Amino acid sequence: MSPRTTRATQNPPGDASPVSRPHKAGNPGTTGSPDAPDASGGSGPTTAPHAGRAPRAGHRHADGAWGWLFVSPMVLVLGLFLVLPILMALWVSLLHWDGQSNPFSGQAEFAGLDNYRSLLTQDGLDRTLFATSLRNTAYYVLLTVPLQTALALVLALVVNQRMLRGRSALRTVFFFPSVTSSIAVSTVFLFLFQGSGAVNTMLSWIGIKGPNWFADPRGVLSLLLGALGLVDPDHPTGVLASHSFMGLSWYQWLSGPSVAMCTLILLAVWTTSGTFMLIFLAALQDIPRELEESAAIEGVNRFQMLRYVTLPALRPVLFLVLTLGLIATWQVFDQVYVMGQGAPGNTTLTPAFLSYSAAFDDADFGQGAAIAFVLLALILCMTALQRWALRERNAGTGRNR
Amino acid sequence: MTTTTEAVRQPSRPVLGRFPLPLRVLGYALVVALGLLYVLPFAIQLVTGFKTDPDAASHPLALVPSTPTTAAYQRLFGLSRAGDGVPFFRWLGNSAFVAVLVTAGRVLFDSMAGYALARLRFPGRSLLFGFVLAVMAVPGVALLIPKFLVLNIFGLFDTYTGMILPLLVDAAGIFIMKQFFESIPREVEEAARVDGAGVFRIFWSVVLPMARPALITLTILSFQGSWNEFTHFLVATQSSQYETLTTGLARFVSGGLGGGTQYPLKLAAALLSTLPVAALFFCFQRYFVQGANAGAVKE
Repeated sequence: MSPRTTRATQNPPGDASPVSRPHKAGNPGTTGSPDAPDASGGSGPTTAPHAGRAPRAGHRHADGAWGWLFVSPMVLVLGLFLVLPILMALWVSLLHWDGQSNPFSGQAEFAGLDNYRSLLTQDGLDRTLFATSLRNTAYYVLLTVPLQTALALVLALVVNQRMLRGRSALRTVFFFPSVTSSIAVSTVFLFLFQGSGAVNTMLSWIGIKGPNWFADPRGVLSLLLGALGLVDPDHPTGVLASHSFMGLSWYQWLSGPSVAMCTLILLAVWTTSGTFMLIFLAALQDIPRELEESAAIEGVNRFQMLRYVTLPALRPVLFLVLTLGLIATWQVFDQVYVMGQGAPGNTTLTPAFLSYSAAFDDADFGQGAAIAFVLLALILCMTALQRWALRERNAGTGRNR
Repeated sequence: MTTTTEAVRQPSRPVLGRFPLPLRVLGYALVVALGLLYVLPFAIQLVTGFKTDPDAASHPLALVPSTPTTAAYQRLFGLSRAGDGVPFFRWLGNSAFVAVLVTAGRVLFDSMAGYALARLRFPGRSLLFGFVLAVMAVPGVALLIPKFLVLNIFGLFDTYTGMILPLLVDAAGIFIMKQFFESIPREVEEAARVDGAGVFRIFWSVVLPMARPALITLTILSFQGSWNEFTHFLVATQSSQYETLTTGLARFVSGGLGGGTQYPLKLAAALLSTLPVAALFFCFQRYFVQGANAGAVKE
């Protein structure tokens, strides 16, 4: 307030009349001015933006109206197409609704928490499918997030090398997959990873017979353990097979992402690393040069510079990238739609896709909505955690300064 | 003191010395390999579009088609007799129509809301900003069924209105614009206000022209976002006349479970659908970069 008041008095001489902002400055001199019949308008809503000086005097009140006018498209669109639908879906998740009648007319059968119960506690196909989708996505997240973060960091360090020729071209190349449509790149990956496709041809050069990627439901971990002779992938026995959780045996939980899921992981790492590279790059360029120079004077080598100067400076950004990745990977949908729709053997099924197919393929909208809300709750928890941690951190650095 | 200013003037000078030559050669080799990993898929996509179906199947990696053909592109453009099932121009037209309207709406409404949240004083402002932050946290995939429900109730399912209207405002864009407007010095608006300009006038003729960089960023991000949008169109439409490049291509690719058939056609369609955003990207790369980093600062 105070700097603005001083500015107002320093305005160009031609328009120096303090009348123009009586309500802001609270300047007692203005009320006596015969030039300001509208000064009283500052206290009432009557100051409509008419001609003359009236709008100026009443602009704080006019601001209120204008403010709501300016945000009204946002309020309308987000209210009608975000808040309202979420409330509607919350209601539908309590129904057995097949998408035919009007779900708000009372024709659909009220089911209470049945849809949630059949997902989480009740033994049955719904819960097995949901547990499968959670397992698949958990492995997807567990592999994608560290890989994309590490790759993005490496790319950023490479592109940040000041003596590297063509670094801006490289930055373009690394970033480009991030801006393309997920559907288009999924199509390309479908072609590359066919049974006799480009990837398997390349693998054959080094003597590896590549798997039939999209048709292979075998878990990677179980294959690995099978190769070591620890378990028999085809006939699991013992503790792992005899215990189960949420309708899946321990063995099924622990068998790892399927070979088909690995292609989705590779696709995600490939497309997102460019975006995260840019975030790392911005942080790298924010590292004070004096810090690096003084370390260089101390005689550190490259590894020490990376370990003791660069990486510590990147820690907040590292946390940001990890959590952004965590939040984004739980939502994987487009790639699943194009690359298998859950096949083979439900090993590329994700909660997002399961929610979609329950509603639109099986006409069980209540179930689909319930899955969507479980997923929403999961993601909101992670976002809340992220924002809370970042706020703590920002507050912490602020205090240290 | 002088050394630091010199260092600032010459940011290209490395802090540590160069790598020894053998390491440098090895480094460049690795970097080139890494670059190839990102370029090759697109190169293969481009080349495969000019192959015949059997050629694409038997030589998926060959970077020169053994019998070059434009059959795939002829089919996409409806030039050949076998113009079945791929209404590419309809997809393209729908994508362009929707993307242009959504972009225009977002640029206008996001900047209006961003300006109000940054500068105008009105009751409920901080509450609304909290609302925007909350909306940014809502994942799009959890909204598939909700969006279908609301469009269905309003009778907007399977219409252009239903495709466009819900996308006209996006919280992230509002956030970007708010951040930018807060960085503009207030003096400019104060001066305009003293000159008698109203709120809308100040916004339209004083503030918006100053916001050009942010507006370009927002335009590009909005266009890219709506051009690549998939899930919303998937649940908002049903009939083929509303298919866009994303929904059309996705249904075409995922429905054709006939194995490795028609890949030249699919890859050509995917390539053409990438081109507009790619062209934008190569012309305005720094705005994409700003957009990527703006996504990062949303607290």
